[in-house]
Amino acid sequence: MVNIKKLSGRLYIVLILLILYAPLAILIICSFNNSKARNIWGGFTLHWYADLVHNQEVLEALRTSLLLTVSAALIAVVLGTLACVGMSVMGKKLRAVLINITNIPMLNADIVTGVAIMLLFAHFLTLGFGSMLIAHVTLGVPYVIINVMPRLRDASKGVYEAALDLGASQTYAFFKVVLPEIFPGIIAGFLFAFTVSMDDFVVTYFTKGPGINTISTMLYQQLRRGINPQMYALSTLFLISILLILGMVYRFSEINTSKREDN
Amino acid sequence: MRQTSVAARQTGKVNMILPLIILAVCSGIIFLSGCHGRDGEADGRQDLIVFNYGDYIDRETIEMFEKETGIHVRYEEYLTPEDMYTKYSSGVIDYDLICSSDYMIQKMMLEGHLLPLDQSRMTSYGNIDPRYLELCRAFDPENKYAVPYLWGTLGILYNNKMVTDQVDSWEILWNPRYKNQIIMQNSMRDAFLVPLKWKGCSVNTRNKRELKEAQKLLMDQKPLVEAYLVDEIRDAMIAGDAAMAVTYSGDATEAMDANEDLSYVVPKEGSNVWFDCWAVPDCCRHKKEAEQFIDFMNRKETAEMNFDYIYYGTPNKAVYEDLDEETRSDETIFPPEEILSQCEVYEYLGTETDRYYTRLWKELKAK
Amino acid sequence: MTDNRRLWSGPYIIWSAGFILLPLLMVIYYGMTNGDGSFTWDNLAAFADPIHYRAFINSVVIAFGSTLFCLLLAYPLALILGRRKGKNTDILIMIFIIPMWINFLLRILALQMILSNTGILNALLEFLGLAPVHLMYSRTAIMIGMVYDYLPFMILPIYNAIRKIDQDVIEAAGDLGADGLTILTRIILPLSVPGVISGIIMVFIPSISEFVVADILGGSKILLYGNVIDQEFNLSSNWNLGSGLSIVLMLFIFASMAIMNKTGSGEEDMVSW
Repeated sequence: MVNIKKLSGRLYIVLILLILYAPLAILIICSFNNSKARNIWGGFTLHWYADLVHNQEVLEALRTSLLLTVSAALIAVVLGTLACVGMSVMGKKLRAVLINITNIPMLNADIVTGVAIMLLFAHFLTLGFGSMLIAHVTLGVPYVIINVMPRLRDASKGVYEAALDLGASQTYAFFKVVLPEIFPGIIAGFLFAFTVSMDDFVVTYFTKGPGINTISTMLYQQLRRGINPQMYALSTLFLISILLILGMVYRFSEINTSKREDN
Repeated sequence: MRQTSVAARQTGKVNMILPLIILAVCSGIIFLSGCHGRDGEADGRQDLIVFNYGDYIDRETIEMFEKETGIHVRYEEYLTPEDMYTKYSSGVIDYDLICSSDYMIQKMMLEGHLLPLDQSRMTSYGNIDPRYLELCRAFDPENKYAVPYLWGTLGILYNNKMVTDQVDSWEILWNPRYKNQIIMQNSMRDAFLVPLKWKGCSVNTRNKRELKEAQKLLMDQKPLVEAYLVDEIRDAMIAGDAAMAVTYSGDATEAMDANEDLSYVVPKEGSNVWFDCWAVPDCCRHKKEAEQFIDFMNRKETAEMNFDYIYYGTPNKAVYEDLDEETRSDETIFPPEEILSQCEVYEYLGTETDRYYTRLWKELKAK
Repeated sequence: MTDNRRLWSGPYIIWSAGFILLPLLMVIYYGMTNGDGSFTWDNLAAFADPIHYRAFINSVVIAFGSTLFCLLLAYPLALILGRRKGKNTDILIMIFIIPMWINFLLRILALQMILSNTGILNALLEFLGLAPVHLMYSRTAIMIGMVYDYLPFMILPIYNAIRKIDQDVIEAAGDLGADGLTILTRIILPLSVPGVISGIIMVFIPSISEFVVADILGGSKILLYGNVIDQEFNLSSNWNLGSGLSIVLMLFIFASMAIMNKTGSGEEDMVSW
């Protein structure tokens, strides 16, 4: 009985994974396809990978993308978490106002956010990496708040207050007591901010400076004359390295847990 | 326990400092983004900001230009002329040189956003076939603002294995036999061109009755249409997802290279001939260098490199005369005179007709 | 002791004033003026135009459907993963997020290769001796695309909520004789509501203004509200109308948030939406 339940659970996981990864598998296949057309198999090749290494433009875009996405997500996490802590002790009304403001970037059509931020920069600042970073942080913070807020509400107030009673400062108590409790929410928020920023095209397009490209703006510009299969190769490499890192972390934590259990 | 409270007292200060640090970092970002220098020219280097369609130039030609002149090019790309216009009109970046399509060039010209070019400074201007300059007068009456870069037509790309009838008229796009086999252009002017030309109207008509009738024909056609696409047409046709598609000659050439069952035709009623041109917008800060760039791209060697890279029609006489017979007689890239004479260049129709067009287009899509 | 933690939201308040409110004010300014800069309600009233509200209804229906399917697919998965023992599950969950790190456009194009008339799905069906399906360029295709794209946004918050449920509570219920179904409906389901609500918000909101998926997978045959806004900004350069229509969308979403907040869960403090 238990086994059937376990088995059907496993089967379901596999099914969802299949749905999520089938399109990616196709991209991987395309990266080895010796034909620029997607639906025609022109034989196996590695030359998209070979070209990729020498394509300064793509490498530069990749560098910009990673730098932008990681720093935007990090800043968003810090801003968002601090905001949550602040909001948790705020008056109800003020908090409601702030939360509604937070929703705005999520619920505006991307083009509206993009154009609005562009107009702001047009009047007060100039476009460059900085403007892209600001836009991406703004996109990411709401996702951090939406993930951290519920965790913070559930974080046991008792332990925190006990820590204060025992003479810990608020900051110390926060780092020692609250932070570990809300940490999963922070991680989730980081992942969301990272994901949203990685995926964004419209906002990036309108806020980027001349001559700077991210992977997504580069891809969209290739649309007119067909996606360069080097991009499939890049995605494949990216995907494989992420999965490898993940696998390693998983193995590592598994070894750690089993060791701990042995002790 | 005592240790803890000492640590706590120390971190107590952090309590206030932490948000302050964050604030400082954030304002640092803003400050840096503001101070980036408008063109990054603090070091006295010349930066030419060029704005072109995506993947629409052989990058090597830019490097050659930089090496020869010492001018640094900041090359920027866009997806559609409308994207370009939105970004240009926001005024966030001072573009020195743009490359865009005929009607957009005309719109910017009529709005006073373009600077007249000094052709005397362009030594290779003579390479451009006067025939094309003549055609360009439809949107630039004195050839003062635009220098043609590449050109092409709009026509029907079809699959010989799936289409049994002869394809020579726009009418076939209303043949119920091809229900769910027809791909239309998902751009307003190109979609309206089809019924307008079929019924013998000008593509530049401002006559609301004619436009309304064209819309009605498109409405009738909608149940037969598989999809309205732009950039995906090429791949869909290569894959054999549809029997025919309204598309540009450039896309058609690339599709036909990949799938030999495909053919391209410009219907007998005529069509649109489009030009993508270089032009200098009014926000330009390096006009001389921009003209140098245009001139460089008109040279035979560079124009040839770009033609080989993009494979759209080149207005460059020197390049054309040097092509092999097979390429020259490729009617997709270089349609014969009798077809070309049937083709019109798009003109900018003014705000009012533009709005009317958009309205009709939205109605069609909402149906 | 005064609570200094209130100050911690300072940087974010300043940030949101500068980069959320100020741009928003610009949108409102454009939405409430006409081309000459004089005040008008016309851009908001334009919503009553059949084209616009029909597009809006299309968007709501599709966004609602996508959210529902995401929920139906994600909940069992989050349940299975969330009830798994062992710390590693937190890493395992990453596998469901990673597909989103591959560019959206590439993923949608790949999906197109699967769904199209001559695509992989139909090749598979043919191989199995079944009749081909005509999925591409339809409402169904748009919905599949959106579900595919936003599914991870539903999985993660629900998983987090279920993960958080105290194991002791479940065990206690079991000891008191509750069967699996009762535990699920009486304990897990109610306690995971905040996660579900977060998930719904994160899927519904982006999908209601989505238009790229509709263009690529729907063949632009179905006009969505996002398309209308995009066209006003890009095609007809009518930023005033585009802004006006965006304001209506924002109002709608705020209103539905408020309703969800009322009906969502009794514990108003749990979720502040």
